[in-house]
Amino acid sequence: MSEDDERQQSPPSDLEFVSNKARNCNATGSGSGHPEFQSAYPDQVLENVLENVLHFLTSKRDRNAASLVCKSWYRVEALTRSELFIGNCYAVSPARATARFTRVRALQLKGKPRFADFNLMPPDWGAHFNPWALAMAKAYPWLEKVHLKRMTVTDDDLATLAELLLGFKELVLVCCDGFGTSGLAIFVNKCRQLKVLDLIESEVSDDETDWISCFPEGESQLESLIFDCVECHINFEALERLVANSPSLKKLRLNRYVSIGQLYRLMIRAPQLTHLGTGSFSPSEIAGQGDQEPDYVNAFAACKSLVCLSGFREIIPDYLPAIYPVCANLTSLNFSYANITAEQLKPIISKCHKLQVFWVLDSICDEGLQAVAATCKELRELRVFPVDPREDGDGPVSEVGLQAISEGCRKLQSILYFCQRMTNAAVIAMSKNCPDLVVFRLCIMGRHRADPVTGEPMDDGFGAIVMNCKKLTRLAVSGLLTDKAFDYIGQHGKLVRTLSVAFAGDSDMGLKYVLEGCPQLQKLEIRDSPFGDAALRSGLHHYYNMRFLWMSSCRLTPNGCQEIARAMPRLVVEVIRSADEEEMDDAVEILYMYRSLEGPRTDLPKFVTIL
Amino acid sequence: MVSKFGLANAPSSSNCTIYLGRLTMEVNYENGLNLKATELRLGLPGSDEPEGQTTPRPNKRTSSEISSSGLTDDGNDDHQASAPPAKAQVVGWPPIRSYRKNCIQAKKNEVEGGTGRYVKVSVDGAAYLRKIDLHVYGSYPELLEALEKMFKLTIGAYSEREGYNGSEYAPTYEDKDGDWMLVGDVPWEMFISSCKRLRIMKGSEARGLGCV
Repeated sequence: MSEDDERQQSPPSDLEFVSNKARNCNATGSGSGHPEFQSAYPDQVLENVLENVLHFLTSKRDRNAASLVCKSWYRVEALTRSELFIGNCYAVSPARATARFTRVRALQLKGKPRFADFNLMPPDWGAHFNPWALAMAKAYPWLEKVHLKRMTVTDDDLATLAELLLGFKELVLVCCDGFGTSGLAIFVNKCRQLKVLDLIESEVSDDETDWISCFPEGESQLESLIFDCVECHINFEALERLVANSPSLKKLRLNRYVSIGQLYRLMIRAPQLTHLGTGSFSPSEIAGQGDQEPDYVNAFAACKSLVCLSGFREIIPDYLPAIYPVCANLTSLNFSYANITAEQLKPIISKCHKLQVFWVLDSICDEGLQAVAATCKELRELRVFPVDPREDGDGPVSEVGLQAISEGCRKLQSILYFCQRMTNAAVIAMSKNCPDLVVFRLCIMGRHRADPVTGEPMDDGFGAIVMNCKKLTRLAVSGLLTDKAFDYIGQHGKLVRTLSVAFAGDSDMGLKYVLEGCPQLQKLEIRDSPFGDAALRSGLHHYYNMRFLWMSSCRLTPNGCQEIARAMPRLVVEVIRSADEEEMDDAVEILYMYRSLEGPRTDLPKFVTIL
Repeated sequence: MVSKFGLANAPSSSNCTIYLGRLTMEVNYENGLNLKATELRLGLPGSDEPEGQTTPRPNKRTSSEISSSGLTDDGNDDHQASAPPAKAQVVGWPPIRSYRKNCIQAKKNEVEGGTGRYVKVSVDGAAYLRKIDLHVYGSYPELLEALEKMFKLTIGAYSEREGYNGSEYAPTYEDKDGDWMLVGDVPWEMFISSCKRLRIMKGSEARGLGCV
């Protein structure tokens, strides 16, 4: 749902015009003259037609546009919107959302800003699912799907969903917290129609409840079960039974408490899997000592539909050859928890000709990336994570790896690359070799680190990216950067929607360039950069078009932020302090501001002030 | 010193000067075209003389001081007031989710024989010790069942009052303080983090431990 919708004022004359035209058509219409047709209210007919047509409109941007045409279209669009997306749970209240959209079947909500993932936000800031859960249960008893990201969900909320929504089919929780295995137990037990339960990178507390056993007995409609982030032991026998009873199961991602021997038993029961998370991929300590090793290669060979492989949480590399049979079909491979070397990677990656998505640890070094570049010509997305996530750690990957990827993987669209050293030359090369880049996120882990070859800032590299990658919508910058880099972004980054800045820039000009130059900017997150109140002012014309602005450890003062709050009544300006520090008069630690139809939220913790 | 959430500490008076100095420079930029900032040069940053370019920003060094090992300041305003330890880690940097950090860290600890996930298990009367990974188990019953299977013995039921009285064997463990404790008294998570080794005692010897 776009908050823009609320700002439109449609003159009533539009509606009359439409009705008149319809009436005229009827009056002068075809000669056969059907009496019942002539007496029907023309607007009603039109609305019915519109309703039928709008059912086919799925894109939320298209729907937002359609709702702005006139009041009639607004009304019909609201009736026919079945998937409701709310990018900031505080931008609109549950009451307002349920009042406007009355026939929603799927809800997608996002809560905390992304920097909360890195402990930059004190805990208990907000984004509680509870008010939404209660509102949904009352307004949409037929609700089937809920998709939440960075929200706090309690066990009670899970119970609400399960008990009050009878046909509930799909729950996806990404980066959520606040619930535990007991909540899961109630949920899976009461949701008899459950098809999808995906817990992705969420924090699940271990209440020592055996939730897997709580799935109902008998045949299940389960299509997807993802629980690789659940850090508790699970009842394997119950899981095995569940998998055996789920003929439609296509996606299964196990947590690291499932051994490779147990994985085998599950795989032979579910050869129809398309997505598999392997769990630990190592044998358990107690069982299996001296026992015959099962034929893992055979188990993988039997999974002829497998296209997406992940897991390997505690990998014993000796077992890697087991996956050879599926490599040729893989489109997605996630090794980002597997500390393997280039030599261990090569025999695998050399078979993965169809690979489009590859997540990996930098333990494979530049050499490993060269091997990827040599084979994976269809690669669309690459993420390279650090084994040693410290500023001054070893740097097994560098500009060499990036250069190789840029030369070998020309269709690359999205990259996230952590490294200790990077040159402008390599970044420029990537900007030229990979023109389809939509997402470019480079994290040089040493703050303010210059180009090690030239000693220059990284301005030119990122400048080349925004200049040459015409489809770029998401950018994260790092390394030594002056205001010039931001000038480039403001001048050329016309499609940029998300920008992430840390330890960069010289002065307010940096932020000004971006706020004045990037008309599509929606999400801007900045930390530890020297941007102050003057820079903040330069974005006044644009803040209503943005989902949010985050600025932490910058040069903002309470007065500066107050000015913005006064100038923009529909903006919620939150000043957040570290929970254990006194209120400070002259500096703003965290500014988080977002457009909202509701004004200040009522669930503020102590350390948040709304200006 | 970096606070828990990596936020800037109160600026000291010396920094206010710099801060005000920064404001003065900003005024200049607003009036002028600021061609200098967008000028393409081959020189190293900070090598130009005019004001505004060599004045060190509180969180930035001139290029000659930048080494590949990174900076020693922690990016907040009062690094001049105190000298933070070299290579201080900043909160939330690099931007890796703690879940991912913990997973990799756990692996490193394992490799380095770190915090005690693997513990030795001795049984009175047995010829040699075994080693188990406590993290494989989610609760006391699971651990005890595994121990029973491993050593082909029975441990029996735990009760808060009586311990394992009446059992043939009683499981005990050495905790971080070096004391021998009865397995089952503390919550599971606390047990895992404090257990250094396990000893399965003969029931007769363990009787003393169970009584309060």
